[in-house]
Amino acid sequence: MSCAAAEKEIIEIDGLGHRYGAGTDYEVKALEDVDLRIVRGEFLVVIGPNGSGKSTLARHANGLLLPTEGRVLVDGMDTRDPNRLWDIRRTVGMVFQNPDNQIVATVVEEDIAFGPENLGVPTEEIRRRVDEAMALVDMGEFSRHAPHLLSGGQKQRVAIAGALAMRPRCLVLDEATAMLDPRGRQEVLRTVRRLNREEGLTVIHITHFMEEALEADRVVVMDRGRIVMDAPPGEVFGRAAELEDIGLAVPQVIEVRRHLSDRGLSVPSSVLTVEELVEHLCQSRR
Amino acid sequence: MSIETVDLTHVYMAGTPNALTAVDRVSLRMGDGEAVGIMGPTGSGKSTLVQHFNGLLRPTSGRVLVDGEDLWRADETHRRGRKADLRSIRRKVGLIFQFPEHQLFEETVYEDIAFGPRNLGLGEAETRERVADALSAVGLAGDAVEDISRRSPFSLSGGQMRRVAIAGVLAMQPGTLVLDEPTAGLDPRGRRGLLEALIRLRRERNLTLIVVSHNMEDLASLTERVLVLDRGRVVEEGPTRQVFSRLDVLRELGLDAPPVVSLMQGLAARGAEVRTDLLDPAEAAAEIERWMRSKGGDPDRVHA
Ligand SMILES: Nc1ncnc2c1ncn2[C@@H]1O[C@H](COP(=O)(O)OP(=O)(O)OP(=O)(O)O)[C@@H](O)[C@H]1O
Ligand SMILES: Nc1ncnc2c1ncn2[C@@H]1O[C@H](COP(=O)(O)OP(=O)(O)OP(=O)(O)O)[C@@H](O)[C@H]1O
Ligand SMILES: [Mg+2]
Ligand SMILES: [Mg+2]
Repeated sequence: MSCAAAEKEIIEIDGLGHRYGAGTDYEVKALEDVDLRIVRGEFLVVIGPNGSGKSTLARHANGLLLPTEGRVLVDGMDTRDPNRLWDIRRTVGMVFQNPDNQIVATVVEEDIAFGPENLGVPTEEIRRRVDEAMALVDMGEFSRHAPHLLSGGQKQRVAIAGALAMRPRCLVLDEATAMLDPRGRQEVLRTVRRLNREEGLTVIHITHFMEEALEADRVVVMDRGRIVMDAPPGEVFGRAAELEDIGLAVPQVIEVRRHLSDRGLSVPSSVLTVEELVEHLCQSRR
Repeated sequence: MSIETVDLTHVYMAGTPNALTAVDRVSLRMGDGEAVGIMGPTGSGKSTLVQHFNGLLRPTSGRVLVDGEDLWRADETHRRGRKADLRSIRRKVGLIFQFPEHQLFEETVYEDIAFGPRNLGLGEAETRERVADALSAVGLAGDAVEDISRRSPFSLSGGQMRRVAIAGVLAMQPGTLVLDEPTAGLDPRGRRGLLEALIRLRRERNLTLIVVSHNMEDLASLTERVLVLDRGRVVEEGPTRQVFSRLDVLRELGLDAPPVVSLMQGLAARGAEVRTDLLDPAEAAAEIERWMRSKGGDPDRVHA
């Protein structure tokens, strides 16, 4: 183990700025002054309106994009150091919004094996990982199918399996579950949550489902290229008016809670989920 | 416009070991001006089914009728004229794909959206108007437009791309709009804005709407009727709210109701006398208040 691995933070972002097409007519300032530290084993959710810079930020976490200002350290390695790119990519696994861009093979199981093969993982170990990853996303039945001929949700499952099979220490899910049915989404998140708890996998989950942010240790809110909130979910969703101002929303349960308090039935702000609200209301009425 | 299928079956890779029946003897009818939702678990055949509605996919067997006209009638005279027919069908039935990348192709956002109207033979002034209207319907109007419309659609963020793909189809002003997961990737404001725009278009132009979605809130606000697909078959069909209140059936299929429905059902399961068919947080709160203050309850304790 290098001494960097002993540090608490797996990702350190300081003064990060990113301009696409810098210096051209089409320059877009996508990130500005972003400071973010992600601790090993953290489960971070990132929310923000369309175009606020979430995917741009995610692509900095494994060196797919390089800072135009500031710096990004992954496990102590600077993403601008070309000699470390390989180690950075195996540390941080990524699943993108559009699974089509991630398909690399013509058969599902070969597609999932591609990452571990590239890492030089021994053949039997690859077999084991591929089977396990396919089982985790419930795609075993499709192992011999062509990934580009799958349904939208099935493609997303394969992309997630591919990232899991690489056993990264940090997993970035960029709206990777957007096309899954509700149970599929829950299952994938539960799996990721378990890997996070049991194996210390660091997770950065980008989503437009506000409900999913309730699962997080910490929620980062982005707006126009900047981080505008960085706090535990209860606190972030307590600032409903600010969220609505930038085009976001609060989870439905919290919305019900607000309507109840408008009606003089106040519910503690610690109540965030359906189960908690049911429990609280039944207790209160007794 | 009306769309009808009769025993529609679609088999992918028929005759190979990987042959897969994605749509299995589906018969349905959507009337002029109706708004119908299609839901179902991953891989249940939703996208396959809707791609038949404008002739993008050809049935393995069975029929597809648009305004009573069979898209694939087998007689010889008809076949000769078929290409032209399909082109006019695609003008009447606009399809928005599940992944927006599949329908963006021009060099700039403006050109991409203008492509349809120009193809319809509209002049530049009218085209410009159509593009502006479409961009505003998807929430890309205002300052952002100048900036975005001359950019490449492939340089946009995921949600911006989806908005442009939707705008491209809206600009053709088709009589029927088929949307496959239209709000996936949209932020909450964008989602609400799109739903409102669709509701308005429906009212103004008697648009027929067919919406595929995993998002029950979208289906609840857009549609009167939903079909539930499972392994290529229609397994459930009825008024939207009625289908949504059958939580057991939905959960069995891996679907789920919006949190508000789960909340009301959760309360009912604990013996509360509350309605379980509500979808709106404000309505739910009113109903909960009624129950909390009803005889036997002690609402003051809520403040504890
Ligand atoms: N390749 C690119 N070239 C130029 N501009 C880009 C490129 N990719 C993204 N942008 C712009 O950078 C900004 C941030 O985009 P980004 O994809 O990071 O947003 P996002 O928060 O992920 O949005 P969404 O929720 O829609 O996915 C947007 O204005 C977008 O148009
Ligand atoms: N081009 C294709 N070739 C072969 N099989 C396909 C093709 N497209 C889809 N399939 C298969 O047909 C079945 C139905 O797919 P379809 O895309 O219609 O599902 P869906 O209901 O839209 O799913 P999702 O919610 O994941 O988008 C799936 O099992 C899928 O693997
Ligand atoms: Mg994005
Ligand atoms: Mg689909």
